[in-house]
Amino acid sequence: MFYREAGQFKTSYKADQALMPILQDRIGLSVILVVAFVIIPAFANDFFLTSIMIPFLVFSLAAIGLNILTGYCGQLSLGTGAFMGVGAYAAYKLTTMFPDANVILMVLLSGVFSAAIGAIFGLPSLRIKGLYLAVTTLAAQFFLEWCFIRIGWLYNYNASGAIEVPHREVFGIVASGAEATPIVRYFIVLCITAGIAFLMANVLRGRIGRAWMMIRDMDIAAELMGIRPLQTKLMAFAVSSYICGVAGAMMVFFWLNAAEPSSYSISLSFQILFMVILGGLGSLSGAFMGAAFIWILPVFLKFIPGTLGIEIAAETVEHVTFMIVGALIIFFLIVEPHGFARLWQIAKQKLRVWPFPY
Amino acid sequence: MLYDIFIDPFVQMYEMPDFFLQVLWEGFVAGILYALIALGFVLIFKASGVFNFAQGIMVVFAGLTLVGLHENGVPAYVALLLTIGVMGVLAYGVERVVMRPLVNQPDIILLMATIGLTYFLIGFGEFVFGGEPKQMITEELGLPTGSTAFEFGERGLVILQHIDIAAAVIAVIMVASLGIFFNKTRIGRALRAVADDHQAALSVGISLNQIWAIVWFAAGLVALATGIMWGARSDVSFALEIVAFKALPVLILGGFTSIPGAIVGGLIIGFGEKIGELYWGGLVGGGIESWLAYIIALIFLLFRPQGLFGERIIERI
Repeated sequence: MFYREAGQFKTSYKADQALMPILQDRIGLSVILVVAFVIIPAFANDFFLTSIMIPFLVFSLAAIGLNILTGYCGQLSLGTGAFMGVGAYAAYKLTTMFPDANVILMVLLSGVFSAAIGAIFGLPSLRIKGLYLAVTTLAAQFFLEWCFIRIGWLYNYNASGAIEVPHREVFGIVASGAEATPIVRYFIVLCITAGIAFLMANVLRGRIGRAWMMIRDMDIAAELMGIRPLQTKLMAFAVSSYICGVAGAMMVFFWLNAAEPSSYSISLSFQILFMVILGGLGSLSGAFMGAAFIWILPVFLKFIPGTLGIEIAAETVEHVTFMIVGALIIFFLIVEPHGFARLWQIAKQKLRVWPFPY
Repeated sequence: MLYDIFIDPFVQMYEMPDFFLQVLWEGFVAGILYALIALGFVLIFKASGVFNFAQGIMVVFAGLTLVGLHENGVPAYVALLLTIGVMGVLAYGVERVVMRPLVNQPDIILLMATIGLTYFLIGFGEFVFGGEPKQMITEELGLPTGSTAFEFGERGLVILQHIDIAAAVIAVIMVASLGIFFNKTRIGRALRAVADDHQAALSVGISLNQIWAIVWFAAGLVALATGIMWGARSDVSFALEIVAFKALPVLILGGFTSIPGAIVGGLIIGFGEKIGELYWGGLVGGGIESWLAYIIALIFLLFRPQGLFGERIIERI
């Protein structure tokens, strides 16, 4: 009733192959974009922007990156945190080496370094599959983390061992460093995330994305049908690491302002993995929903008891969050292995047939 | 530079044999403990094809339960029995709530379910017992605590902690008894049947649910033993979780389905890690212990994707 294909006629191939052939989808997306670009900046306060929206967008982008590798290409990775770290350290080195360059370009460029590193660690994926591959990505995680600690050149031999974001201006507006206003950061993060998500939505439905999905569904069959496994898998590793790297760079440049090696530890990898699982493996909108859920749930848990007049210690909140997230992952895997994305599809189906049961 | 890499470490080994022996012993003990964790993984993987990521946290959980009960005034041996009971309940719960609904799902889904279980247990353990490290009740359990120093050569000295010797002995006993259990008892044969083919096992009247509960319980017992041994060496805390990650390269070396493989893999990683750290680690700034094991495993994998003792992986369309 509310959501239906009936009556929407396509008169050209172009219209038939559009990214969103259904009118309601286009309206929905426009509403989301208007909310994101106009309403939130106009009404949200700084707290909402810095501690909810910016991290949410950064994590969404990272979840999209991992989703490409795990959800679309079927290669389980536990090294996301380290690849994000590579992006962050590369962006830091680039901005300190070229102080006059545009910091947004540098952030986008830093992904190239993490793509290269990701492709190197993706090399074993040709011979190693499934669970074994997960362990080799752990090798990447621990090795890169060690590099962030031990190689002084990466953090310019700071005494603190942490990277601190320098003050940089883009077209006369402070874009990074402690003085950058939340609204500027929010717009930069939003534009990068939306841009990459749009690009990926198109890559994934094209030849490359289909090749990834063939590799995921059965790699031997895909190989027999003329997909080259090495190139396809390495491309998935490189694209995924590029996106994760950009997300990692944004994480430190536009959100945290400073980062230590422990910011990119294995727990970050798991956090991103959970976003992907809960959101739905192999779904871009799922990445956003999963990121929103995992990031906002602890915030929610922190504030709900307070408004009810119950005081709960911060540690308890953290423990309960762990328990809820763990239980929810098991719950989702049992009840709905395709995560929030599938729930949304079911909801759309209900809207389609309403008011009839089927 | 080349001298530092290829010659100097060996010269050091030759000149200070007592230090070298001490390093070997450290590696041996670490290897035994890695092997114990890997053993828990192998047990579950053999019987249900599930890669149990939660084994590491089960170790911590078992240790914490034991210490926590003792802190609340329960005598040590009663606490031990109670902890075994808790591991039994946990095994049954996991089988009923997590494993049974997920039968026949792809490996990756099962792995992620155990990652979810890991997070749940971390949250639950910290919620109940608090996050601070706890002292393991070594003496109350009647485990030796002292150490013996052996004279070696003219000036050398090798120190052996008694608890380490006990750990090695317990590990050997455990592997032997698990071997007997798997090969000689009725349940053990049923376990192997399940590992071989779920459907065939079902068709000859083996209850999968029962077998899985037993396997998870066995893994829980291994976790408890590991928790006691590892806890006695350091503290019982959630930092032990990182040790569980170390068990992964061990498994890869040994192959997911082989009990002897877990032991040999554990020892290789234990020795390799300690020797690598102490003789070569200094060249790159130290701390290579955190990733050396993974790199060793990675190199092994490139040449033998199924591990040292694993069964050959045959893929069909």
